[in-house]
Amino acid sequence: MADDAATEVLPSRREEATEALTRLQAELGDAPNGAIVEHADAFGDVVVRVRRDAWREVAQVCKERLGFDYLCFIAGIDWMPTPLVAEEGSGDTSTPAQPKEQTYGVAGSDGRYQLFAIVESTRRKSWRLILKTDLPDDDLHADSWVAVYPGADWHEREAWEMYGFVFDGHPSLRHLYLPSEFEGHPLRKDYPLLAREVKPWPGLVDVEPMPGVAGDDETPAVEASTSDGGETA
Amino acid sequence: MTTTDLPQPGELPEIAVDPAAFGHLAGAQVNVELDTGDMVLNIGPQHPATHGTLRLVVRLDGERVVAADPIIGYMHRGYEKLTEYRTYPQITTLINRIDWLSSFANEVPFIAAAEQLMGIEAPPRAQYQRTILTELSRIATFLLFLGEMGLQVGAITPAFYGFRDREYVLNLIEAVTGGRFHPNFNRIGGIKDDLPWGWISECRGVMNKVLTSCDEFDDLVAGNPIFQKRTRSIGIIPQELGAAYGVSGSNLRASGVDWDLRRDGPKYLVYDELDWQVWTHPDGDSFSRYWVRLQETRESARMVLQLLDQMPSGPLMAKVPRIIKVPEGEVFVNTENPLGEMGYYVISKGATGPFRTKIRSASFSNVSILPWMLRGVYVPDIVTILASLYFILGDIDR
Repeated sequence: MADDAATEVLPSRREEATEALTRLQAELGDAPNGAIVEHADAFGDVVVRVRRDAWREVAQVCKERLGFDYLCFIAGIDWMPTPLVAEEGSGDTSTPAQPKEQTYGVAGSDGRYQLFAIVESTRRKSWRLILKTDLPDDDLHADSWVAVYPGADWHEREAWEMYGFVFDGHPSLRHLYLPSEFEGHPLRKDYPLLAREVKPWPGLVDVEPMPGVAGDDETPAVEASTSDGGETA
Repeated sequence: MTTTDLPQPGELPEIAVDPAAFGHLAGAQVNVELDTGDMVLNIGPQHPATHGTLRLVVRLDGERVVAADPIIGYMHRGYEKLTEYRTYPQITTLINRIDWLSSFANEVPFIAAAEQLMGIEAPPRAQYQRTILTELSRIATFLLFLGEMGLQVGAITPAFYGFRDREYVLNLIEAVTGGRFHPNFNRIGGIKDDLPWGWISECRGVMNKVLTSCDEFDDLVAGNPIFQKRTRSIGIIPQELGAAYGVSGSNLRASGVDWDLRRDGPKYLVYDELDWQVWTHPDGDSFSRYWVRLQETRESARMVLQLLDQMPSGPLMAKVPRIIKVPEGEVFVNTENPLGEMGYYVISKGATGPFRTKIRSASFSNVSILPWMLRGVYVPDIVTILASLYFILGDIDR
């Protein structure tokens, strides 16, 4: 993985990332009194998890003090395990077999919902910072970034309709992609992909077992597909 | 959507940034003496200047735009949700259709993200061919723009030139990949096939043709006084505001920001082995966006010629397991696509498919600045501004 020669991150990039983190720590300080809860490295990028009440202050510091003048995006993550999970080795290719326990990614999380954003610098060229904050399940509120980065407007509308996150101070949280009557938050993991619920995955009949794998003889896939072909021809 | 969804004049959102902070709009206030009351004009969802189905609700005072609200989502296909139900090789088929004019360039960052997570690197020959195909799709995308921008301001001839030259480039892409628009040619760990016999010399010929036709566009469109009158100092994007909105690519470089991920981002493909330059223009208006893309088309053609000369021999695929399982981790890979910065934030939990993919598409952020840009412009300039921003609806709606 990261220590492999193939994915060796250029030393200059690692230094730049460390510098960005050091300056951010100098501005914000670590928890409990400061804003930074945790930080980690993701393939040469710094991932910084900050306290939710400092979400807007972080944006201000990034833009005005550190020179991160470019907003890449703001989005949400739902760490709940995928409910519709195919058993590994069952031959069901309709969904990739995801782990059933709830784990959190780089820099961790306190709960199911996270808000994350990336800011970049057009002046320091290769500078970029991945920011995350946890939103408690019962209170999905965060401060809006619109006053700092005006481009946050659409990104926050998207996160609002896809995850139900509410951004305090956003001028108009309206639907962005979906019709205004739409109910539910489609990118949450418990929102089903309806096409898969209604119709069986058509790829199922094509599944051939891997040679030498147990269960090689019990899959009628090859016969089924040839007999189907014969009838239609 | 029904007509009841149409925002009423009072409901149009206020724009967060104070336009007075940027002096060039000082003359854009509403003329009090000629005040005629507001009119709401609905442009689209189908309009030739919108490259798909973008609807613009503009509130007009006479010929001037008081407020504009782009309504998107007519082509929303839910790709971020769909990626959670697909395996990595299946997803390249989906992401081909995000920005359909430069499909190959869409695949590159996603494949790079999966490769980084797996610790695989594609062999040099595959990297070179990826770079060639990315630059070819950039040329094809820009040639359409160079012709079509003329069409939007009333010059029909350049459109034919643009489509003609783009066809040569699309034929090249088709000869290699089998698909004109959706190549689906990248594989995790390399590329599917080698170049066909005779392709390199044909590609050289087409690149020289492209260089010649760029000179034609220079004369016919960029040097045309009528075109300049329609585009100069129209639709200015200030540097800081453009960056804060996330406007990227040629649109930002046309505002004088010297920032190109091919040179400045984390290393990807083989751009560091080429001799090329980043073009910027200080003005930030519609004309400079045209000019920058014209120079970048030339630069790309020169890059392809260099790549053809320098291409090493060797294998096309790294050693990759038959069933692709990506180890746990998170990575963000962004690349300089024809329309701007395209990035994928891939979160993997060790399965055959990603747990979550955030797709950062260029046009989405490029278009989000429209409410600010269109305020105070005249109605005919709306079309010029839309055309010069150059967005693809699939890239906005995802």
